[in-house]
Amino acid sequence: MSAPALRPAPAVTEDNLFFWEAARDGRLVAQRCRSCGLLRHPPRTACPACQSLDTEIAELSGAGEIYSYSLLWHPRSPRFDYPVIAVLVDLAEGIRVLSNLVGAEPGDVRIGRPVTVEFAPCEGDLALPVFRLTGDAA
Amino acid sequence: MSGASGHGVGGRAAIVGAGSTEFSQQAGRSETRLATEAILGALADAGLSVADVDGLVSYTIDPVEETELVRGLGIPQIRWSSRVPYGGGGSQGVLLHAAAAVAAGAADTVVAYRAVKARSGNRFGAARAGIPPSSSHSGTTAGQWAAPYGVLTPASWLSLNATRYMHRFGVTSEDFGRAVVQLRAYAATNPAARFFGRPITLADHQASRWIAEPAIRLFDCCQETDGAVAFVITGRERAADARAPVTIAAAASAALLGQEIATDHYSPDLSVMDGSAALARLLFDHGDIKRTDVDVALIYDAFSPILFMQLEGLGFCRPGEARDFIADGNLGPGGSLPCNTNGGLIGEGYIHGLNLTLEAVRQLRGTAANQLADVRTVLVSASRTGVLLTR
Repeated sequence: MSAPALRPAPAVTEDNLFFWEAARDGRLVAQRCRSCGLLRHPPRTACPACQSLDTEIAELSGAGEIYSYSLLWHPRSPRFDYPVIAVLVDLAEGIRVLSNLVGAEPGDVRIGRPVTVEFAPCEGDLALPVFRLTGDAA
Repeated sequence: MSGASGHGVGGRAAIVGAGSTEFSQQAGRSETRLATEAILGALADAGLSVADVDGLVSYTIDPVEETELVRGLGIPQIRWSSRVPYGGGGSQGVLLHAAAAVAAGAADTVVAYRAVKARSGNRFGAARAGIPPSSSHSGTTAGQWAAPYGVLTPASWLSLNATRYMHRFGVTSEDFGRAVVQLRAYAATNPAARFFGRPITLADHQASRWIAEPAIRLFDCCQETDGAVAFVITGRERAADARAPVTIAAAASAALLGQEIATDHYSPDLSVMDGSAALARLLFDHGDIKRTDVDVALIYDAFSPILFMQLEGLGFCRPGEARDFIADGNLGPGGSLPCNTNGGLIGEGYIHGLNLTLEAVRQLRGTAANQLADVRTVLVSASRTGVLLTR
């Protein structure tokens, strides 16, 4: 099996640039409201709880657990290896991200298993946060 | 006319004409042509002419441009037009917009339409790697967070919610299959359906290949379709002269803070459809129509799991109980809630939800292929938009 091709670059916008710049540097981040402290992802222009525009960028631990998953078999894009292992990860800080599970077989993925972030290079000289299982396989 | 809910636009407008093209995999003509044919059919059905039309409404992502329609049909003057976001979830919103327009006097006769070439044109289920940050004003930018990970299709997006649903309630692919068997049984006796004459067994369902494991097999998926559906909506007074008016007894849209479109992955609990619960409150809590009054339900079944989740969200079963409700035959012609009697999006075809509304009109007029007796009240739910239709 050939090495997987680089994943496609994300769509970088004025609103999400901070996230992808941090990922390129190997950091998982999210917006945090400076007024009320609420973390939010995907990025939003204001805090949905208090409407403050005053936002800082918070470093996240990268630890979480699988909230849900799916093994994607069809249809297939030549840009990915199949099955794609799609996961929703609930991060320790209480926000959720959509990503891939790497370094695992399809049969290893289960709801509730702990994972930690790492970064996979992608096109555009950027990197995507992806997740790997941690702890016992039980 | 009966069934006015007395809330919002309830009971103040009616569908007086319905039209559609054939549903196919290769229409061989443009979406604008398909929309034109469906609209002319709806006007003829209503006994109205293009000169009566003064309002237009469709989906934000419909490719047909208003000006082309107006110039092609020869409509002298449009006074009001609108578009509804949220993709197929917004499908029933075209009736809410149309009813609101005629109730407010912004327009007298509104045409609502949707034209797609979801099979021969821009296939809905295709795995396209480059999803832009905004998707043609569908109402969301969330696709950008899925595309780099190969999560590219509506089935893949929804499957993440469905896996959680299965995990929480112990629901299996076989449970989903039992609903699909019923949908295909309805489609098998509906000549307009993609799967006319082609019923399946549960074993057939279980033998169909995985699309997104463990939630979605091929037979759990709606069928990408070419075609168009159109309706003519007028105010109650004008509709009184119509041949077979269908009253829009209630129309509602519920878009909640936590919701996304399709890539709806950020609400705290993905095993429940909060939006459907909010929609049901808007539809049922303000009028005299109760859930038990619903004779037929048309529920947006782009993929079989969201049929289950809507049945629960709408309040026809409690969370986790759609499995037993369906296994007991309640969606069938003799059940307590005959559902998707045209075969649904899975069995009949996928005009992005508006063919469910067409089936609702047929059932109320007594002209459905799988006609049920004495249908007076029909619910159409597209999870975040919905209508109650009566005769």
